[in-house]
Amino acid sequence: MIIDGSEKSLRKFLSELSPVDQVGAEARAAMLATRSIKTSSKAWAIDIAISMVDLTTLEGADTPGKIKTLCAKAVRPDPTDLTVPSVGAICVYNDMVRIARSELDSIGGNSVPVAAVATAFPSGRASLAVKKIDTQDALDAGASEIDMVIDRGAFLSGRLMEVFEEIRIIKELCADKAHLKVILETGELVTYDNVRKASYLAMLAGADFIKTSTGKVAPAATAPVVLVMLEAVRDYFALTGTKIGVKPAGGIRTTKDAIKQLVLVKETAGDQWLTPDLFRIGASALLNDLLMQRMKLRSGHYASANYVTVD
Amino acid sequence: MSDFEYASAPESRAIANIASNYGLFIGGKFVQPKKGKSFNTINPATEEVLSKIGYADKSDIDAAVKSARSAYLKVWSKMPAKERGKYLYRIARIMQERAREFAVVETLDNGKPIRESRDTDIPLAAAHFFYHAGWADKLEFAGFGSKPKSLGVVGQVIPWNFPLLMLAWKIAPALAAGNTVVLKPAETTPLTALLFAEVCQQAGLPEGVVNIVTGDGVTGAALVNHPDINKIAFTGSTEVGKSIARAISGSKKTATLELGGKAANIVFDDAAIDEAVEGIVNGIFFNQGHVCCAGSRLILQENVADEVLDKLKKRMSLIRVGDPMDKNTDLGAINSKEQLNKINEISNAGDKEGANRWSPELKLPSKGFWFPPTIFTGVTQSHRIAREEIFGPVLSVLTFRTPAEAIEKANNTMYGLSAGIWSDKGSKVLWAAKQLNAGVIWSNTFNKFDPASPFGGYKESGWGREGGRHGLSGYLTAEAKVNK
Repeated sequence: MIIDGSEKSLRKFLSELSPVDQVGAEARAAMLATRSIKTSSKAWAIDIAISMVDLTTLEGADTPGKIKTLCAKAVRPDPTDLTVPSVGAICVYNDMVRIARSELDSIGGNSVPVAAVATAFPSGRASLAVKKIDTQDALDAGASEIDMVIDRGAFLSGRLMEVFEEIRIIKELCADKAHLKVILETGELVTYDNVRKASYLAMLAGADFIKTSTGKVAPAATAPVVLVMLEAVRDYFALTGTKIGVKPAGGIRTTKDAIKQLVLVKETAGDQWLTPDLFRIGASALLNDLLMQRMKLRSGHYASANYVTVD
Repeated sequence: MSDFEYASAPESRAIANIASNYGLFIGGKFVQPKKGKSFNTINPATEEVLSKIGYADKSDIDAAVKSARSAYLKVWSKMPAKERGKYLYRIARIMQERAREFAVVETLDNGKPIRESRDTDIPLAAAHFFYHAGWADKLEFAGFGSKPKSLGVVGQVIPWNFPLLMLAWKIAPALAAGNTVVLKPAETTPLTALLFAEVCQQAGLPEGVVNIVTGDGVTGAALVNHPDINKIAFTGSTEVGKSIARAISGSKKTATLELGGKAANIVFDDAAIDEAVEGIVNGIFFNQGHVCCAGSRLILQENVADEVLDKLKKRMSLIRVGDPMDKNTDLGAINSKEQLNKINEISNAGDKEGANRWSPELKLPSKGFWFPPTIFTGVTQSHRIAREEIFGPVLSVLTFRTPAEAIEKANNTMYGLSAGIWSDKGSKVLWAAKQLNAGVIWSNTFNKFDPASPFGGYKESGWGREGGRHGLSGYLTAEAKVNK
């Protein structure tokens, strides 16, 4: 164990992390954004990106009808081309989990997991008891992935052990029933040093994935933030032998954006992370752009937006 | 496992109209050399001949200097300063408009990755013209006296590592200050200078203000020794710089010399390690290490040396070496066979002296001149690879125990061009910067250039500064008389 579970050892570990130089991290991310991904590598990237999408709807106006259309899209993103892979998961509020699970199962999407946002998403401003009930409710409804938010207030005021304990307790609830994704909400942590610290804190507390954002706060998954998180999982793997996944979410809308994310993965954490088991993209509009670019690559011309389905 | 191998993404060379042969640019026209001699310029990545270039001898140099003198006396020194500025702005804009063409030609002739010529060389070259265009009509406010004057005709000799950028560093301040120039590009990289001659024509620059003469070291010596030159501006090796200093001693000529370097890149244990690794890579592998201010000596604090080296090696394995025209290439071709031989010679000396060589596994192209990104660990101050400028993608790694030892090692060199400091602690950075004998010191970054920032060295790294107000002063005299 790299920490012994005490507050002292957690603080010591986090305070000894190397700092992040803001200018340097942004320069590295900007350089990687100039990579030119063409032809066969673009085709591969589009398909893997589709399989990494956590197709998401997190609206107050979500209805069973809306969730069902999303499920159909998740299983067969392009009904005219069955070589298109299913998405990585669908991501909903936890009162929609049961509907999503049964719909997916009834249309041949048994292998598509349902992710639920939990722990008083998006703000995380509730008592631990409520957060536990929230999580248990999602698990009972059939969620196999839990996207929890950290308590940013506790983190920013230095109550690191509280943040750690919350993650650890939610992880205990998930046990072997669900993967735990821990949302850092990097737009509220602001500095890259905080992003690095929170990434390690989440990993030490038991996260299976670290996720940038709720999608409700801007900025969300900026390239330098994802870079810093990918460095964290890379170095954590070197330290412990455990691979933690990364999920950028929020603001990734085009194929170009998605490919830039994949380049970041390849040249930071490495090729081993280029799988839906270790990299997901939280998005909604992105999927249709990926489908249109896929069609363009195969046919040589752009189709109108009406050739992809709106769900 | 992933199949995310980047497919080739070549920049098109269609935009580059390289003529089969070029004459000399004298008096606003391309003319054949008097003796009719020529030499080939090749693409160092493929060894393909790109063009046949006129070879200027003494008589051609004489014609070029006469043309520059005549343009100086009749036109350029008499023109209102704001008009000079307009020509410089025009040149800068045309360079931007033709940026892609310049980038492609630069990469073909030099071997550097298209990403670097596209994102660094050409934009910076245009920026130098914009910056100095602004100075042209403000010289009396630059702090050199109320009536600073131009010097006259300037002879300029530039190297092959940043062909167009070095041309811009030389020509832009010279013209802004009111001088006329005769410039000799490097033998292996004349093409963008000749393309620049076309830009001068396109901008309607008065004939003879800029003259470009191509050739080798003998051509350069003829220019340096011409009696009607007022100033020499040279960027290149310390060896040639010394011979220029000898040649002009006792004459009225002044000189700016931008020579070699063996920069220390110091990484303290409190540095941001991931960004420091990026800075180390950028410091030595940018432009194949063909950079006079390259961070070629990595001086690492011993307690983080293993961590840094481990990360550095992993990072070096990601460097993409190959076709310079591919937009994803990070490290291109060595500029010439001669340079490759020199890199090999000094690296072999490193092996013999007991340093440990390491390069990532990679396949180099079979044609052209290539050298893998390389580091030597276990280097001591007395090794040749710690003292001599290699001018290639080869990094020597030394360690230190205390800040004072880092400074002592960093300054223990005959050069003093640049240095890098990596620490998250501002007070330490400022302390180290004060102790280092180097003309340019970067903190938590490396190889950053700006036309407003003076560049130049201490000791055997040269005389004078280029860029900014300091660079401008090298092309002016406070005396209120025009040199004849």
